[in-house]
Amino acid sequence: MSDPLLELQTQAQADIAASADARALEALRVDLLGKKGRVTELLKSLGGMAPDERKAFGERVNRVRDAVNQALDGRAKTLAEAELSRKLASETLDVTLPGRGETVGGLHPISRTIARISRLFNDLGFETVEGPEIEDDFHNFQALNIPESHPARAMQDTFYLKNGSRLLRTHTSPVQVRTMLSCTPPIRIICPGRVYRVDYDRTHSPMFHQVEGLYVAEKVSFADLKYDIVTFLSRFFEREVEALFRPSYFPFVEPGADVHIKWDDPDKGPRWLEVMGCGMVHPNVLKAVNIDPERYTGYAFGMGVERMAMLRYGVSDLRDFFQNDVRFLEQFK
Amino acid sequence: MQVSERWLREWANPPVTAAELAHKLNLAGLECEAAPLLAERASGVVVGRILSAERHPQADRLQVCSVDVGDGQPRQIVCGAPNARAGLCVPCALPGAKLPGGMEIKDAKLRGVDSSGMLCSAKELALSDKSEGLLELDDSAVPGTPIETYLQLEDGLLTLELTPNRGDCLSVAGLAREVAALYGLEACRPAVSAATLDSEQTLAVAVDSAADCTAYSGRVISGLNPAARTPDWMREKLRRSGIRSIHPVVDITNYVLIELGQPLHAFDLAKLSGPIRVRRARAGETIKLLNDDTVQLRDELLITSGEVPVALAGVMGGAESGVGEGTTAIFFESAAFTPAAIAGVARRHKLSSDAAYRFERGVDPALHREALERATALTLVICGGQVGPISFAGAERPAVAAIRLRHARLLALLGCEVPASEVETLLRRLGIALTAAGDGEWLCTPPSWRFDLAIEQDLIEEVARLHGYENIPVLPYAAALSPAVQSEALRPSVRIKDALVARGWQEAVTYSFVDAKLQARLTPEFTGIPLDNPIAETMGVMRTSLWSGLIGAWLHNHQRQNKRARFFELAATFAENTEGIVETPRLAGLASGPLLDEQWGVGSRPVDFYDIKADLEAVCAIFGGEAARFRFEAGRHPALHPGRTARLLRDGIEVGVYGELHPVLARELDLPAAPLLFELDWAQLSQASVPAARPVSEFPASRRDLAVVVDEAVPAQALLDLVRATAGPSLSSLRLFDVYRGQGLREGSKSVALGLIFQDYSRTLTVEDIDAAIARVTSALARDLGAVLRE
Repeated sequence: MSDPLLELQTQAQADIAASADARALEALRVDLLGKKGRVTELLKSLGGMAPDERKAFGERVNRVRDAVNQALDGRAKTLAEAELSRKLASETLDVTLPGRGETVGGLHPISRTIARISRLFNDLGFETVEGPEIEDDFHNFQALNIPESHPARAMQDTFYLKNGSRLLRTHTSPVQVRTMLSCTPPIRIICPGRVYRVDYDRTHSPMFHQVEGLYVAEKVSFADLKYDIVTFLSRFFEREVEALFRPSYFPFVEPGADVHIKWDDPDKGPRWLEVMGCGMVHPNVLKAVNIDPERYTGYAFGMGVERMAMLRYGVSDLRDFFQNDVRFLEQFK
Repeated sequence: MQVSERWLREWANPPVTAAELAHKLNLAGLECEAAPLLAERASGVVVGRILSAERHPQADRLQVCSVDVGDGQPRQIVCGAPNARAGLCVPCALPGAKLPGGMEIKDAKLRGVDSSGMLCSAKELALSDKSEGLLELDDSAVPGTPIETYLQLEDGLLTLELTPNRGDCLSVAGLAREVAALYGLEACRPAVSAATLDSEQTLAVAVDSAADCTAYSGRVISGLNPAARTPDWMREKLRRSGIRSIHPVVDITNYVLIELGQPLHAFDLAKLSGPIRVRRARAGETIKLLNDDTVQLRDELLITSGEVPVALAGVMGGAESGVGEGTTAIFFESAAFTPAAIAGVARRHKLSSDAAYRFERGVDPALHREALERATALTLVICGGQVGPISFAGAERPAVAAIRLRHARLLALLGCEVPASEVETLLRRLGIALTAAGDGEWLCTPPSWRFDLAIEQDLIEEVARLHGYENIPVLPYAAALSPAVQSEALRPSVRIKDALVARGWQEAVTYSFVDAKLQARLTPEFTGIPLDNPIAETMGVMRTSLWSGLIGAWLHNHQRQNKRARFFELAATFAENTEGIVETPRLAGLASGPLLDEQWGVGSRPVDFYDIKADLEAVCAIFGGEAARFRFEAGRHPALHPGRTARLLRDGIEVGVYGELHPVLARELDLPAAPLLFELDWAQLSQASVPAARPVSEFPASRRDLAVVVDEAVPAQALLDLVRATAGPSLSSLRLFDVYRGQGLREGSKSVALGLIFQDYSRTLTVEDIDAAIARVTSALARDLGAVLRE
């Protein structure tokens, strides 16, 4: 003979397990355990029973209630988990879709290179100084020991302004002159900037950039110059650079030198490449700016920014720097 | 300068290869490249003498030659060169010979006639680029001699790029001197003796100014053989220096130029009209030069004969007085013109000559007599003639001042140890005379050819050069360094650049000189400063604005299917005013195309005024708490849309301008769109200050929103200013979050929504506090701007 209580419990557990969602489950809860629920009704019926019977029946009903409660809780948890899973599944994104919004621009490789060169020299104690691009003959030539009709003027074909005697600076050296005129040694500066020469072909641009440096103090020697240059070049190229100082001529230095570095050219093999000019400041330059060449000595150096950028980044055509083609520029974020 | 390696080795012959020699010269500061004379040499080519040349029976242009090649069995060779003639010695490629380029010579039949070999031109032997018929050889050439031996083709070429201070090395003799000093050798210098005079003929010479010409030697040689021919040995040496044989006398002057470094000039005596005078030109004088240019003279140094200009001194001779085919008597000039007198003249008249190149750099002022005697001797050998006495004006050799050299100074400047004995040895090798002058000092007298040595530092460089720059150590400095001053109040350009880059802007670098016409359209109120010698008309004027460069960058990319542009540049602009030339660094930008790169989920729209204004506001914000000092006001600019132009002010001072290019201008310039443009004064912009921090309020903030309806003509800035001025000190922040026009509003009016955020530093604000503030604001808005609160 079947036990109605056990049947009720079995049926209730089956119904609960089969409930599809939270609402159905709540309906079952009300149907079983609500005020007029079937289990509640059974509990109410205990009042009319004899004490012996009530105790035994009451225990059985309570077990049924507990079992139903447990089934309800378990099912609720399961349904909640399923619901969360469904929700999460429905919220899934294609994480491979591209991001939206503004894209990043980029610095020009020249200003990036100037910034890097400047920072390296700033670390070596050089202060960055800038000056005018339209200059006069005194600051660009005469004070630098390049008198009128000096053959070195032919080395630097100069743009002149139509009215008057002004010119576009052919190097950033006039900034050194201006600094020496306005400051007293020790002077330790670098001068980055645009310079101009009448030259236009595959390897020359009428406008290009230089960084020049100057150190004037007591007891400055060629050995100091070599130290700064070798240190800079090694830091710039991030390797021990083999540098060769070769005698050369610039009217504003004596002794003068070209600096060549050993370069492993992918096509032509290892060879010496000229990267800078430098030398000990010519006494005539110091005299022109009222610095006593007997007490003070100094050195100066200069490099082309485009050349350094071309070597550093493997740029092969100088003209790329001035066309501003984004496809070229965006390689240098 | 280019010179034959063999020729140099006749003078100084160190036991090293050409490559080693070139490397040594490079390390000594003489840029030098060594290469073989010929990449590929002919084999099986000998000297042949044409015994007879008959016309080919079947071809007008061909000749059938009988050629003696030294073996007693004349060959029959068919030849197409017009200069083939009996008696001529020429290179002859025998059957089996191989020519440069791979051609092999075989017995052949040409138009039915047997031909056993080939007569060669200079080009066929790779000696020249040009074919000028058969290479004619000296009559004295011995048939059968291998051409390689005869012309000494096993040779190298040294190409030198010398710095302007080393004019003394622009000759075989000068280079040999340097090589000898580098290797510690003695250079051999053939003695030149004075010619025996056999004529009385002279031409008087006079020099106006020793500042222009320190010495002038000249002599007449008459009775020259007009049929003389420049011998092969001289032709070959000249050819290897890149000089073509022209006339025996001209060749001799060129030969002495390359050999000794003294530029010479030969005048045809018959074409001179009187004594020689070296003087400055008078304005208005002209001269027709050897290259057929007639030049207008200013004050150039001239050679005149009977007062007629006959040469541009030290640069080029005159066309009328030059030697030519019929010349039988010459006047040789060997002079020491000063660099100051010659420099710049060739460039001024766009001339280039070996003489000017050397005189500009300096020529040994004591060389003129030796060079004249050398040229005389060569003339007698090649052309014969009678030699007259030398006419001379000036000083034989100018005095050279001694230079004091202090050993201690040398050591200090180089930062390395060079013993006194080494200093002496090295300087003496260069021909410098040293005498000890007290403790650790010398008096040094440079030789006449080292006119570049004038001060102590020059001598120190010479010691360093020969000691070897590579032997100077790399030493950290002795003196202490102090770090450079870096003002934090100045915003470095890289901060602003990085901010723009992060917002999608690409930095551009464009030329400082631009097209005057484009510039005049963009900034008609400024006159650009024109260049006197621009590269091109489109780069003719210094820019007054960076916009033309940015427009160029934009168009370059637009033409390459890149329509979205965000370019900025930080660079100087140039203008001239009453005080002179003013250079103003500016930060400028150009934006055009879609707001964003093409992407999913966001509609595409063109960038507009307020998009870029946000970028400018971001730039202003980098100046920290002072951003509120920046204001935009409606403005005017001739190149910009009159209704879409803003001035940016900082504390009332104009920083720059921003707006959209005027549509009419965009059309007239044929631009694909009217871009947004800004340009800011960098000096105004970059002056910031060091931040001064304030505490943050701990009390809660309250927000009240107001929507007010105002006339369209009332600028938002006026609303914001008035709210700030009247809301009281507890207004901590003010936002403008909506602008509405249309339904429900009167035509010509707009509704502006403002968010006012109140916060106090010392207490929590009460509703009454805030109500009072709002009341002040609304009444002021109503009174001053006619603003009506919108429900």
